[in-house]
Parts: sequence; structure tokens; C-alpha cells
Amino acid sequence: MSASRTFRVLPGFHLTLGYTLAYLSLIVLLPLAAVFLKTASLSIAEFWNVISAPRVVASYKLSFGVSLIAAAINAVFGLMLAWSLVRYSFPGKRFIDALIDLPFALPTAVAGIALTALYAKNGWIGQYLDPLGIQVAFKPLGVLVALVFIGLPFVVRTVQPILEDLDTELEEAAASLGAQRWQIFRHVILPVLLPALLTGFALAFARAVGEYGSVIFIAGNIPMVSEITPLMIITKLEQYDYAGATAIAVVMLVLSFLLLLLINGLQAWTAKRTGRDR
Amino acid sequence: MSAATTLNWAAAPRGNAAVRFESREATRETPWVKWTILGISLTFFAVFLLLPLVAVFVEALRKGWETYWSALIHEDALSAIMLTLTAAAISVPLNLVFGVCAAWAIAKFEFRGKHLLITLIDLPFSVSPVIAGLIYVLIFGAQGWLGPWVAEHDVKIIFAVPGIVLATVFVTFPFVARELIPLMQAQGREEEEAAIVLGANGWQTFWYVTLPNIKWGLLYGVILCNARAMGEFGAVSVVSGHIRGQTNTLPLHVEILYNEYQFAAAFAVASLLALLALVTLAIKTWVEHRACSAPPSREPRQDAAS
Repeated sequence: MSASRTFRVLPGFHLTLGYTLAYLSLIVLLPLAAVFLKTASLSIAEFWNVISAPRVVASYKLSFGVSLIAAAINAVFGLMLAWSLVRYSFPGKRFIDALIDLPFALPTAVAGIALTALYAKNGWIGQYLDPLGIQVAFKPLGVLVALVFIGLPFVVRTVQPILEDLDTELEEAAASLGAQRWQIFRHVILPVLLPALLTGFALAFARAVGEYGSVIFIAGNIPMVSEITPLMIITKLEQYDYAGATAIAVVMLVLSFLLLLLINGLQAWTAKRTGRDR
Repeated sequence: MSAATTLNWAAAPRGNAAVRFESREATRETPWVKWTILGISLTFFAVFLLLPLVAVFVEALRKGWETYWSALIHEDALSAIMLTLTAAAISVPLNLVFGVCAAWAIAKFEFRGKHLLITLIDLPFSVSPVIAGLIYVLIFGAQGWLGPWVAEHDVKIIFAVPGIVLATVFVTFPFVARELIPLMQAQGREEEEAAIVLGANGWQTFWYVTLPNIKWGLLYGVILCNARAMGEFGAVSVVSGHIRGQTNTLPLHVEILYNEYQFAAAFAVASLLALLALVTLAIKTWVEHRACSAPPSREPRQDAAS
């Protein structure tokens, strides 16, 4: 557009953009297109049979249901953690702040076996829960624990900068007008935080739905009970049912794209609400 | 899917904020509210983040240093380390070059479809790792599009090292680019334009003007990219074929040992990866500290890029 309007002083536009587009197409776009083309080899009835098989439907319910619950838990506790890190001084704060990103840095397989060691029947935490009749590992509850682990930093890291940027004046004004602390949080702070909180929730949810490594160890992978959707893809692949695996992948991809659109919208809303430029 | 892993360049040095809020009556909670919130959030942190990390090291050393050490110097473990290092050594530089190119094109020039391009670059983050592996099986696998061609030319991609590298490149694709794009957009192009006008060529401009400005962001992106490259499990698992001593990366080696009930050995190898994660976090924190405390080279950095 502006190519005709302004004269480019800086060199390398065609080279860098060309390389970017070529690399993007080769590594990401063409391979992803393969998924959709491969599905086209199935008839609509076959496609529907694969994606609506009872075992697969059970996996959607588990993956989406538990991911939603995990994201909700993360939204609540992530907000509290972000609040503590921004508003309170306490010893070890820098250490905790740095470790919040552990789920980004720790390989998922390591997280998976560590959580299993903690929550198995004879594990560190599991041995105290077992007498209470609570079993975590090899049950849907185990999937929940793993998804809470990997989703936490998304909420903390989206809410934290917004909290840091909050001016004290608004709260002081509300307080001088007689508002209680809770009223101030509910009516002054939360409306500003809400878009970021929802973004964090959506990011955690999106990550949880596709998560594989940290879940499969603790889930036990019992058909109809604790099989997540990504595992269904692996199962189909191991049976050399490429078309079947691809059909389920298409369902997941479409959902991911919808989530991506939602997240972009939420981020635009955050920017508008807080005046932050993202 | 930005925000969550990008460096918050505008952040005030952490810790100052708390003083600001705690010193004022209106922004302070009563002590019991404060201690309840702090108590709940720190307990949550301890149970969900700290405990799993501690568990890795305790379980790794459960059977003593000797078992620990022998698990690490086992032939299969060593070849897994080599393969993991190889995959990272190829994929990180590839994505580094891509990240710099993409950021240069996007931040320094105006063109149509820029927003779409930025969204597409982030795409690999919203794709399940399992699907990341699947797409390459569909292309290069025995039944894949290029499968016959690949077999004809006697190259192995799926269930071999090239497949592992490809899957790793895919999952680490956005790290450097998404770090540099907002940073370079915030810095604008005046400094580079000045350099060009003063007679520098494109390469000199990049090397002496742009690079010093983006070095922390670059390092930050590379560290995160590397951590993911070495730790990726799902995508690599699909394309690897799990051939011991040949196509096993460290995370896959952990899985195999674990599934064979060699728990101490599995956790020993896992502790290596956990150490990598801790080193990553340490460097990351250090870079954040440097980036935020370093005198900004330009004024408008204030509310940019965050």
C-alpha cells in the first residue's frame, strides 16, 4: 500500500519478506494444509463416523471439559498469585516470580512423570488422599492436575503486567468516596483486569486442549474414561489409520483456529480497555 | 497467542510496585485479607509448581548417586543427549534466522496483510504437538504424499533424525519472531534510516545499529526456543519411532525408561531436563533484569512492546 506512497530507505524488504513467506509456507502452512487434504480422501459419512465414534466423543468430553475446569482454576488462583506478586512484599518473591514460568521451561514428559510420582496411590500426596477415597492418578482428576500445572503461567503472565500498570489514584478516589475494599476490587479493579483475565483463561484452555506429554503419564489412558483427544490421534496412527487420525486432527485444528480468533479478539479488547499497546 | 511468554520490556523493576501499593491506605488490604490471599496463592504455588520440581530430583536420587550416575552415562542416554543437542543445534539457528527476517520485514516496512502474517507466525503455538508430528507423517510417511519419492531416493525422514528435526522446527517456530516483532516495531526505523543516509550498507546497519538494540530480546527468544527444542515430547514422539540409540531424544528416553519401570533411571534423565529448565529460567530472569534496568536507547520504549 505505502510502497507506492513512500520511498523505502531501508534495504532488504523483498529479501526478508520473501524468506519469511517461503519458510512459513514450507514449515507451517503446507504441512497443515496436508491435514485438510488428507481428510478429503474420506467421504462425509466416513468422516462423521470417525469423529463421532463413542470412544472419540468420550475423549472430547474429557479433553474439553477438564481443560475448561483447569483454565477456570488457573484463572482464580493465577489471579491471586499475580495479585500477591504485584501488591505484597514477602521474602522469596523474586524466586517465586521466576519459577512461575517453570511449566513453559520444564519438558512436558518430565512434568508428567513428576506429577504421577506425586499423585499415584503410594505417591507423596496420593498416599494421603487414598485413605480419603480420592484417587488422582489414572483418573480424570489426574488429567485435571496436569492441565492446571501447564496452564498456570498463562494466567499469571497476562494479568500481572496489567496489575502492575494500575494507577493508585482510581482506588484512592473510590476509597475517599466511601467504597469498601471489596467494592473497589469488584467495581474498579476487576473491570480493568477482566479482558486480561479472560485472555489468560483462553490461552490456558487452548494449551490444555492440545496438551499431550504431561497428561499421558498421569491419565492412565483408560478407554472411555481417561483418554484425551490428542491420544486418540496417536492411537489411530499406531493402527496405521492415517485418515482416521487426520479426521480427529481436523476437529482439533478447527477448534484451535476458533480459539485463536477469540484470543486475538480478547487481546484487542485488553488493549482498548487498558490503553496498552500490544 | 502472545502476552504469556513475551518479555515485558516496559515493566518497572519488579518489587517497586508492591511498595507503591502497600504504602497507601486505599490500596492496602487489612492484614488478615492480605495473609489469606498470600497464604492461598503460595500454597497453590508450592503444591502445583514447586513440589513437582522437587519430586524430580528426590526421585532421581532415591537409589543413590551410583544408580543416578550410571543412568546418565548409559549408552542409550548418551545417544539421546547427542540427538537432543543435534535437533536443537539445527532448529534453533533456523528459527533464529527466520525470526530476524520476519521481524525486519514486519517492523521496518508497511505492507498489506501484516496482521494476518503475524497471526500465522503464531499458529504453531495453537496447534497440538501431536498434530505437529502428524502433519509430517502425512507428508513424508510411507503412505504420505512424498513417501514414495522419499523411499525411492533412499532417504529416511519419518522414524529418523530429519523427521525429529522437522517436528522440532515446527513447535519452536514462533519463539524468536514473536519476541523480536513487538520490540523492533517499538523501536521504529529512524536509527536505521539515519545509518543508511550516512552511508552504511544494509548489513552494516543491521550489525551495528539494529543488533545492539535487539540483543536482549534476541537472547530471550533463543533461550525459550532452545528450552522447547530440547524438551519437546508430543511432536517428536509421533515422528520418532522410538528406536533406541538412534531416534530417541532425551524426553523420549525418559518415557521409555519410565514405561519399563526403571523409575530411578527415568527420573535421573528427567533431572537433566529439569536442570535445563532451571538454567533457562535463571538466564531468562537475568535477561529481564538486564533489559529493564539497562538505560533505554530511545525514549518511546516506555509503553511499547509490552
